Amino acid sequence: MGGYIVRVAGPLVTAKGLEKPMMYEVVRVGDLKLFGEIIGIENDLVFIQVYEDTNDVKPGEPVENTGQLLSVELGPGLTSSIFDGIQRPLTALQVNTGDFLTRGFSINALDRNKKWHFVPIVNEGSQVEPGTFLGDVDESSTVKHRIMVPPTISGKVQWIAPEGDYTVEETIAKVEQQGNVVELKLMQKWPVRIPRPVKEKVFSDIPMLTGQRILDVFFPVIKGGTACVPGPFGSGKTVIQHQLAKWSDVDVVVYVGCGERGNEMTEVLIEFPELKDPRTGGPLMDRTVLVANTSNMPVAAREASVFTGIAIAEYYRDMGYDVALMADSTSRWAEAMREISTRLEEMPGEEGYPAYLASRIASFYERSGFVKCLGEPERTGSVTVIGAVSPPGGDLSDPVVQATLRAVQVFWGLDQQLAFARHFPSINWLNSYSLYLDRIGQYYNRTFENDWLQKRNNAMVILQREAELLELVRLVGYDALSTEEQLYLETARSLREDFLQQDAFDDIDSYCSLRKQYVILSSILLIHEIILDHLRKGGDFNVLIKNPIRERVSQLRWLKEEDVPDWDTMERAIVESFSEEVKARD
Amino acid sequence: MIREFNTISEVNGPLVFVEGVGDAGYGELVEFILNGEVRRGQVLETTDKYALVQVFEGTQGLTPKTTVARFLGRGLTFGVSESILGRVFDGLGSPKDGKPQPFVDKYVDINGAPINPVSREYPAEFIQTGISAIDGMNTLVRGQKLPIFSGSGLPHARLAAQIASQAKVLSSEEKFAVVFAAMGITFEEANFFIQSFEKTGAIERSVLFLNLANDPTIERIATPRFALAAAEYLAFEKDMHVLAILTDMTNYCEALREISAARREVPGRRGYPGYMYTDLASIYERAGRIKGKKGSITQIPILTMPEDDRTHPIPDLTGYITEGQIFLSKDLQHKNIYPPIDVLQSLSRLMQRGIGQGHTREDHSAVANQIYAAYARGKDARELEIVLGEAALTDLDKLYVQFADRFEAEFIAQGEDENRSIEETLSIGWELLSMLPRSELKRIRDEYVNKYMPGVRG
Ligand SMILES: Nc1ncnc2c1ncn2[C@@H]1O[C@H](COP(=O)(O)OP(=O)(O)OP(=O)(O)O)[C@@H](O)[C@H]1O
Ligand SMILES: [Mg+2]
Repeated sequence: MGGYIVRVAGPLVTAKGLEKPMMYEVVRVGDLKLFGEIIGIENDLVFIQVYEDTNDVKPGEPVENTGQLLSVELGPGLTSSIFDGIQRPLTALQVNTGDFLTRGFSINALDRNKKWHFVPIVNEGSQVEPGTFLGDVDESSTVKHRIMVPPTISGKVQWIAPEGDYTVEETIAKVEQQGNVVELKLMQKWPVRIPRPVKEKVFSDIPMLTGQRILDVFFPVIKGGTACVPGPFGSGKTVIQHQLAKWSDVDVVVYVGCGERGNEMTEVLIEFPELKDPRTGGPLMDRTVLVANTSNMPVAAREASVFTGIAIAEYYRDMGYDVALMADSTSRWAEAMREISTRLEEMPGEEGYPAYLASRIASFYERSGFVKCLGEPERTGSVTVIGAVSPPGGDLSDPVVQATLRAVQVFWGLDQQLAFARHFPSINWLNSYSLYLDRIGQYYNRTFENDWLQKRNNAMVILQREAELLELVRLVGYDALSTEEQLYLETARSLREDFLQQDAFDDIDSYCSLRKQYVILSSILLIHEIILDHLRKGGDFNVLIKNPIRERVSQLRWLKEEDVPDWDTMERAIVESFSEEVKARD
Repeated sequence: MIREFNTISEVNGPLVFVEGVGDAGYGELVEFILNGEVRRGQVLETTDKYALVQVFEGTQGLTPKTTVARFLGRGLTFGVSESILGRVFDGLGSPKDGKPQPFVDKYVDINGAPINPVSREYPAEFIQTGISAIDGMNTLVRGQKLPIFSGSGLPHARLAAQIASQAKVLSSEEKFAVVFAAMGITFEEANFFIQSFEKTGAIERSVLFLNLANDPTIERIATPRFALAAAEYLAFEKDMHVLAILTDMTNYCEALREISAARREVPGRRGYPGYMYTDLASIYERAGRIKGKKGSITQIPILTMPEDDRTHPIPDLTGYITEGQIFLSKDLQHKNIYPPIDVLQSLSRLMQRGIGQGHTREDHSAVANQIYAAYARGKDARELEIVLGEAALTDLDKLYVQFADRFEAEFIAQGEDENRSIEETLSIGWELLSMLPRSELKRIRDEYVNKYMPGVRG
């Protein structure tokens, strides 16, 4: 007799009698053959988290081993697809089982019938190692899919398939490895919980540009870096994640909707095919892989979804691509861990979360990085990880936030008060930070404009000054301020309204190039300096502040890229607009 | 397959242990027969030795020795057909209006199944509720889940009833239905809803599930699921546009907490179970539209925030799942403003796609954004004024204070029977914006100012 169920409590099933159970092995549970994974073994008892709803499942029903670790299928056909937390393709599921998710339906992640055009690049007889390119498949309009030797294989190419159309299961190469011949396909499998190997992680100072002004200028993230976006409900986490998925200058985006709303995934599915990738001009969907385990889908699969996503991201990184992974929301992932842990009756840590919460979170973010990839040709790739965090009541002392802050380098803190006033993105500029700032600042100074970091810091000083002055106003009123101080308030307001705020739903404002960012920021700062200078020479604040050039600067963000003047032109216009004042006074 | 046991070994609050079952299905329906009375329960945990059952009607008077537990071999289902329209059921789906069991087209699992995200149609059809604070500032669309965050003593019932009676989709005459689930509310409040449905004639097209304050607590766990099973049938099999009102979710969550406590689970914040987010999502996510289907489910859950605290776990977790919230405020209520909707704390996340040209009007988004900014500034200035007096304000800020006052009195405030068209709502908005200097209207294009601003127009 094989394995059988002895207990069902929500997503946790306990079984007995399984032969040689293995940790993290996939099992099929009950008469419905639900997907499960072994997460604990205690003598004869095996604890299984089940990735599907366990209603009606009874003790006594069978449990089958599969001998496989929970794995993803990696090969052409990942981009433009949407998978659930354990990589079942949702589009194919809909075709097969209808509009509502049904249980126990077994389906391959990658389409077995679709043929892909394979172009070989290695020769027979050549020596290959893990990661070496065997050939290419044009996966979509924007992604050239590199077919690589899997991480566990190396040897001599005995046979390579000629250029032609193949399914993901057909053999495209035979490699002789220590006397054995291994058949390689367009597809490989990889266990999700194990990081894919690389040659080494390397230092990077290249920013991941996002087209979002507050991020690129004030709190930038590097390619291969990590960032988190904590905030209360409705503060704009998802919108930021969507914006990053749309506009980041990366080759591939993996978007993990983990325990969030169904409609938010639908939104991506509708919008992304229509939007153009700013780098390649192809549809954004062509570079995007979606993993959707919404809040009403089974909780255990939520736990797996994050790993499914990161394994896919690493795979594209290994091809030498820059990949960005967004996880919305890691709090739901942590809650899934908590739920399973509670049912396992483990000793709870803070707020009922398992004691290993922090180490799990850290090891997830640690799978990011800028790396030298395995195999030939030599290349680098990166995975940037950005996680949303949804703390109860927006309270940053929440264990998930705290564990995340220890693991990531960039903190974009969302502020409820800003969201109430519809200041979006509602990132609080006073408490957010990026530990990459110096590195990236130097990169900008080197490759773009050499006063970038300086200007960024000047702007920050003005914003900080504003916060102090507003405190003062609250005590003594506006009238008590000097004109110089009033100017600080005006400039800060301009920074907030004309630079920091960015409307994700406006066709033009949604994305802002680095050049445009520089022009707006420099204009605001230059006006500030000029007025300050005039004030010190006795100029009239009320006249200076009404200079029409300020109105023009406030319109810059709404202008199409090509209508935004270059900085020299803008600088001249600003200086000229104030020269009248000087004449009048002199 | 039905099995009977008289081996109840332990009773603990609403929970009952039945020994020797060995093959109970997770979620299986159980009947307890005690002296001719039948109570229902559901399996929460099942092992090869016992089953743990939660009893919906409570365990009062249940004697382990003489009570028989009958396992029915199936989960909780509800018999649906179009003849459930116009009927009143109790919290567990039995008729409560004295009429016979309605005709059953089929039995559906009350838990439903998750909609495949690929099958969802993005909600974008504007619903005109006739209430400016909603239509203008926090627009509701078909298929949205938009809760009302209320507090004790606030008129959420009146507001929900007004929405139910006035809601319409411009340029369409389609089949609609109201599904109403009451969880632990007073007879008086339930009655208020029923009378309001009767007044508008909606009662004929309503299905009511009533678990009132004196009805069994644990039953509340099932009530919204019965209601949503009915809603899904009407929407996705009978092409109706269903408005589902669920009130009061706070009572629902308290029932959830009671069970969790009885199971001695590690409590989460304020004693609510750690899985409450997931549990609530299994209710709220049952709203929406499905591609290729004519019907829809729009959900308006109502909850009362304990101590008006929006960070309390019930509103907090709700806000994390729903697509925005209508936030009622005591401050506005004290100023005698009906409906006392605090627009800054309210939000409709699906608004962007439901407004603008082809939905409401081209200037809608710009007007709403500008009003938000102006009102937020006005409220800030008003606070400063309270502390330091008017003299401390700049002239511009004084204007913003006036704006905020007039906005509350003219835009937000309206009559309980007043049904404003979206044009009326927007023109009140323009009227108010015309108080401010043009240079302050940074969020509105000149084109719209010329076209819609009173005094500039024409
Ligand atoms: N950059 C932006 N531009 C315009 N509107 C925005 C922007 N960011 C957020 N918003 C507004 O805020 C709303 C809430 O944002 P979002 O859904 O991202 O919040 P969230 O933090 O993800 O909330 P939750 O935790 O509940 O998922 C959006 O629906 C939108 O109306
Ligand atoms: Mg979100």
